[in-house]
Order: sequence, then C-alpha cells, then structure tokens
Amino acid sequence: MENTVLKVENFCAFFGDNKILKEVNLSVSKNVVAALMGPSGCGKTTLIRCVNRMHELIPGTAISGKMTLVNEDIYTMQPIVLRRKVGMVFQKPNPFPTMSIYENVIAGYKLNGIRIPRGELDNIVEQSLKKAALWEEVKDTLHRKGTFLSGGQQQRLCIARALAMDPEILLLDEPTSALDPKSTSQIEELFVELKKNVTMLLVTHNIAQAARVSDFTAFIYLGELIEFGPTEKMFTVPKDKRTEEYLTGKFG
Amino acid sequence: MKDHAGARLIKDMIFKCAVCLFAFISLLPLYLILYYITKNGIMVINWDFLFSLPRPIGESGGGVFNAIIGTVMLIILSCIMSIPCGIAAGIYLSENKKGKLSNTIRLCVIVLQGTPSIVIGIIAYLWVVAPLKTFSALSGGIALSIMMLPVIIKTTEETLKLIPYHLKEASLALGVPYHRTILKVILPSGISGILTGILLSVARITGETAPLLFTAFGNQFMNMNILKPIDSLPYRIFYYAMSPYPEWHSFAWGASFILVVLTLALNLFARGISVKWKIQF
Repeated sequence: MENTVLKVENFCAFFGDNKILKEVNLSVSKNVVAALMGPSGCGKTTLIRCVNRMHELIPGTAISGKMTLVNEDIYTMQPIVLRRKVGMVFQKPNPFPTMSIYENVIAGYKLNGIRIPRGELDNIVEQSLKKAALWEEVKDTLHRKGTFLSGGQQQRLCIARALAMDPEILLLDEPTSALDPKSTSQIEELFVELKKNVTMLLVTHNIAQAARVSDFTAFIYLGELIEFGPTEKMFTVPKDKRTEEYLTGKFG
Repeated sequence: MKDHAGARLIKDMIFKCAVCLFAFISLLPLYLILYYITKNGIMVINWDFLFSLPRPIGESGGGVFNAIIGTVMLIILSCIMSIPCGIAAGIYLSENKKGKLSNTIRLCVIVLQGTPSIVIGIIAYLWVVAPLKTFSALSGGIALSIMMLPVIIKTTEETLKLIPYHLKEASLALGVPYHRTILKVILPSGISGILTGILLSVARITGETAPLLFTAFGNQFMNMNILKPIDSLPYRIFYYAMSPYPEWHSFAWGASFILVVLTLALNLFARGISVKWKIQF
C-alpha cells in the first residue's frame, strides 16, 4: 500500500519474562481511524505505547519484530525525534498546570526550544484549537491556566497540543474513559471530523465506541491479534469465533 | 444504663479539658518568649542601633549593623552552596525511588538532620579554617549550608513525588528530552514546595550559633571579605549577653528581637508562598 502510515510486522513485546504481545501484524493507512479493542490486560495499551516507544520508560521491557512509521524504522530512530512525529493523548487529561491554554497548545515547540515567529505561533494555536473544536470556547481566555477548564475541555486541549506538532499519527490511549458521557460524545464527534486529515490509532475497551468512530478495528486477546479488518465487516460478520464472543458480550 | 452514659460523658469532658490544657501549656512558653523578647528588645531598636557598629568597652551606644550584614552574607553564601546541591539531590531521589544510592542518600539526609550543629562547626573548622589558617565567612557559610542541605533535599523530594506521573509522560510524549522535562515541566510544577523548603531551611540556620563559633568567629568591625572573620546576629547576642555591662545586656535583647522578627518573617513568607503559588493539577 502506498499510503501506509504505520506498519507493524511480527511484533512481540516482553516485560521481563512475560510475552505481552505475540506476533502482531497490522498496517494503518493514511487518514483513517483504527481502533484497538479487547478486554483489559490484553496488551492494547502496550501496543500503542510501543509506537512512540513510551514503553521504554518502564525498565525491563524488550521488543522483537519490526515497526515502521512512513517507511522509517521506529526502533532505529531517536525516541525524541520519533515522539515529535507521533502525537499521544492519554487516559487522563494532562495539560501542563504551570502553563496557560495558549502555552499548552504550543508546549511541543516551547519545551523543545524550537523558535517560531510570534505571528506563526498565534496561527498554530488558532488552527490547532479549531481542529480540536475548542477554539470557540476558549478564544477569549487563551491566557488563563489550562487547568481551569472542564475535564472534556482539558482533553480537547491535550488533543490540540498533540495536533499542533502536526503528527504523522495520533495515538489515543482510552481518551474518553475518564470523561462524562457528554464530553465523550463531543470527543467522538471530533474524531470523526479529524480523520479527514489525521491518522489515528485509538485504544478503547468500549466496543460501541470502536463501532461509532473507527474505520478499521483490531481485536486483541491475550496479546494476540485475533482479527483486523474494516469495522463494519468485523462487527457484522466476524471471522473468528473469539471476536464474535467478545462482541456479543460473552467475555471481556 | 443511664448512669453509665453519664459517666462516659464526664470522662469525655475530662479528656477534652485535658487536651485543651496541655495544648495551652505547650503554647505558653512560645508566647512568653515572644513577650519577653519584644518587651526587652523593642526599647533598644532605633536608627542608631540598626545602622552603627559595636563600640569598644567603655563607650556607650553602638549597634549591630555589622552583625545584620554578616548574617545576610552568611545566608547568601550558604544558599549559593546548598540550593543547587539540595535540589539536584532531591530530583535524584524523586526520580530514582529505589536503588542503593537513593537509600544511602536518604539515610545520610536523616543522619545529617540529626547531627548536632556544633559537630558540623568542627567539621567546617577541619575542612576550611585549618587549611586556610584563618576564620572566615566562607567556612561559616559552608557549615550553615551543610545544615540547610537535609531540609532542602527532603522538601524537594517530597514535593516532586506529589507531581503526577502523567505530566512527565505528557512532556516526554511530545518528544521533549528528559532534562528539559525535569527543568521546564517538573520543577516549575513544584516550585512552591521547593521555595518553601528553601525558606524554612534559611529560617533554620538564621539563628544557628554553634557552627559559627569557630568558623565565622565574629568580628567587631564591618567586613565584606568572605575570607575574613565575619559577625552574625546570634554571635553578637552571645557576645553582648556574656558581657558584664547592663547596656550590652539590653543590646542582646535588641539583637534577639531582630533575629526573632527575621525568622518569623521568613516562616510567614514561606507559608504565604506555599499557599499563593500552589499549583493545581
């Protein structure tokens, strides 16, 4: 495929002697939302963290296999270079408490010491906040602390912060699990809007969310990628029995 | 049944009264100290006392200007030495919660905190005064900075431990290098706690006399050279109080008053900072 953003080949991850991911093969093409679903502890978060090498923060982890981001091997790149190309949004909203909304959006530039003219920064902030559907709500309070916002707004601010770096792919690690239903639906709408220009890898343990938002779905169970394919197809005619059982709520 | 309830109520009353009484007793000395120092000291404070040098025996008047300047210089010197080391050690401890070195540092901090100040004075004498063959402000500053270290390390560690891990993750996930994450995200988020720790440690050393006895030594005259002996408020109090002259005794009260006000101000300031600059996560 020409426009493959992320390609995972025979990928295994270990924590100590535990094999957490077993021979995962997966490819995500440009401007789609791929959802990773599965019961808790199945390794979906580990997989997403391996994409920007955040799993390396925990001592004792190891990997084997290959992972490429736009034809570049992720594991030969410098982590800090890689992480500037891969945006990540976490379970819990985590805006920087010392910074204003404005500074939070451009934190990726500011903290990395990348100098950009003021006018361009204003533009980046406005565009990123518009993409994250937050601009209308905060345009008059850009210089207030980001922590004064509500949970859902904070999460959208974190999405804006990741988008400001213009990432190749956006990793979403259960981004709505700490939010109320209304904020959740706002953020899901946002993802549908965003996938016109952004590639996203979404971890969720919410089957309905995967169905609502994603184009492709991967079902991971006990570290194995059981099934990967177009969401519609998987939810209507699953190939594997375990997928069917998970989707019908027999386990998980 | 009814009688039992009555007995219990009485026991409760007695307990409550006892708690109040002992709390009051423990506060009493503090108020008495403040009362005596204010009563005896405030009379002496005037322009001349604050801004003139001690006079020789036999001459009346004089002041503590050199001691105030000396104390300020000693504080600055010890801050310059202890703040970078203390914060760095605190960062190390909060970043490496387990490990041999971390445990050793923690043990050292506890031991250092419990070390009598006079012992630290002797160490500074051995390290600095003896080789340089002179008492000096520098040696006093070193002794005091050793006393500041445990407080700064402990408060920095405790403050940084409270900073949520997901902030560090957020920064690292943006591709920010580790050192910038610590300096620009973690430290600013803990700034109020760290500053409070520094101010409390300054308040702790402001009144220290023992480590200065054979390091900074004391000086009748104004001195700005860090390699020469320097005066300090606690030393001046000691000197005036030991003299046989009533006027000098009142000077000792005056200097005590300045010292207490200074320490109190530092403590209140530290409290203010910890409330005002508190960062919400």
